[in-house]
Amino acid sequence: MSTPHVLLGLLSAGPLHGYDLKRAHDQRLPRARPLAYGQVYATLARLARDGLVTATGTDRAAGPDRTAYAVSDAGRAALDAWLGEIEPPAPHVASAMLAKVVIALLAADTARARDYLARQRAAHAARLRDLTAVKTAPDATLGDLVAADHAILHLDADLRWMQNTAGRVADLHTEVHR
Amino acid sequence: MNPTLLSARALHHSYGHTPALRGVDLDIAQGEIVAVTGPSGCGKSTLLHCLAGLIRPDSGQVRYRDTRLDDRSEAARSRLRRTEFGVLFQFGQLVAELPGAENVALPLLLAGASRRSAAAAARSWLERLGVAAAADRLPGEMSGGEQQRCALARALVTDPAVVFADEPTGALDSLAGEKVLTELVRIARERGTAVVLVTHDSQVAAYAGREIALRDGAADPLTLPVGGAA
Ligand SMILES: Nc1ncnc2c1ncn2[C@@H]1O[C@H](COP(=O)(O)OP(=O)(O)OP(=O)(O)O)[C@@H](O)[C@H]1O
Ligand SMILES: [Mg+2]
Repeated sequence: MSTPHVLLGLLSAGPLHGYDLKRAHDQRLPRARPLAYGQVYATLARLARDGLVTATGTDRAAGPDRTAYAVSDAGRAALDAWLGEIEPPAPHVASAMLAKVVIALLAADTARARDYLARQRAAHAARLRDLTAVKTAPDATLGDLVAADHAILHLDADLRWMQNTAGRVADLHTEVHR
Repeated sequence: MNPTLLSARALHHSYGHTPALRGVDLDIAQGEIVAVTGPSGCGKSTLLHCLAGLIRPDSGQVRYRDTRLDDRSEAARSRLRRTEFGVLFQFGQLVAELPGAENVALPLLLAGASRRSAAAAARSWLERLGVAAAADRLPGEMSGGEQQRCALARALVTDPAVVFADEPTGALDSLAGEKVLTELVRIARERGTAVVLVTHDSQVAAYAGREIALRDGAADPLTLPVGGAA
């Protein structure tokens, strides 16, 4: 994921202060790592230096956190180019989860691997429930649904993987120790 | 936590020599939305049928408020089901010969409501669920999603205390399923209706506040509980 392009995209709806931009980011992309404010300001400074955004608003003198930024023509072109590229279809299914299962089988036993999967499953299922609650909230917008869906479907894929893997733990143990 | 509405103790049930439930205990509070999950054949539907009084377990107790369901006659259970319970199955199970509004009105008519008030209630439920156009169409003239929303209207029309739903979105694509589940959950929250939602699908189970996982007819020792504390 390219944070500069994401911020450009968020700004294309209208100028925002760094603070509101961070909040817009975390709300629209709930599955991405939340951005630190420092990272937002640093990225905005770089985008401004490269002429992709321009400072606007009346309170520019009040400091960086009171400055609103707008996308420039060059910024719009950069955003358009980025939107035209496809992302590499890399499987981000948790190589970390796979590693834990395999290490649990190597270093311990099937019970340890199953225990890990059970706890991981509970954590995923709880997160899935929270995201689904976003969809059933009385004031949920279509934007909320679309944002939540992406995370929901990925978590569901991970959960299916865990379920299959739990069913294969015994065979996997044999294979790992062959 | 609200008071317990429905509970089961040591439920056992077999079909011939096939055991389906081997000692299930659970408590469902008023207004609680609970998912019953687990792999195919683990006993989810059998549990739902016992809880809803559709079958009598071989042994164990099912209690709804102050009433034991497991030792009641079919007639008594059926009376209770008519007014207190709503059911929703995977394939709507609408009466094929009746248009949507008449299908939805059916439980009210069976409970003794007047034709006019039942028809009005049926139409207003269909409207609330976004399928007003299904009122005058036969089930065969509706899409699967429309049929299912019609079946949901029928499950809700008596304002039941519990809705039992067995894979209610199993035959729908995910957006049509989302509509059914979102409405079910919103209405249940508004009215304080308890829901028992049987599913093998994590995405569907996530609509519930709590999950009860079964394996081979009993609570799954390997599945940590999700939800319920809050
Ligand atoms: N009417 C029946 N006659 C004989 N055996 C049955 C009957 N209904 C269910 N069974 C058996 O009882 C067990 C539990 O079935 P049940 O339908 O409750 O499972 P389930 O969890 O709902 O499965 P699924 O996810 O496939 O719907 C299974 O072994 C099944 O084959
Ligand atoms: Mg079933």
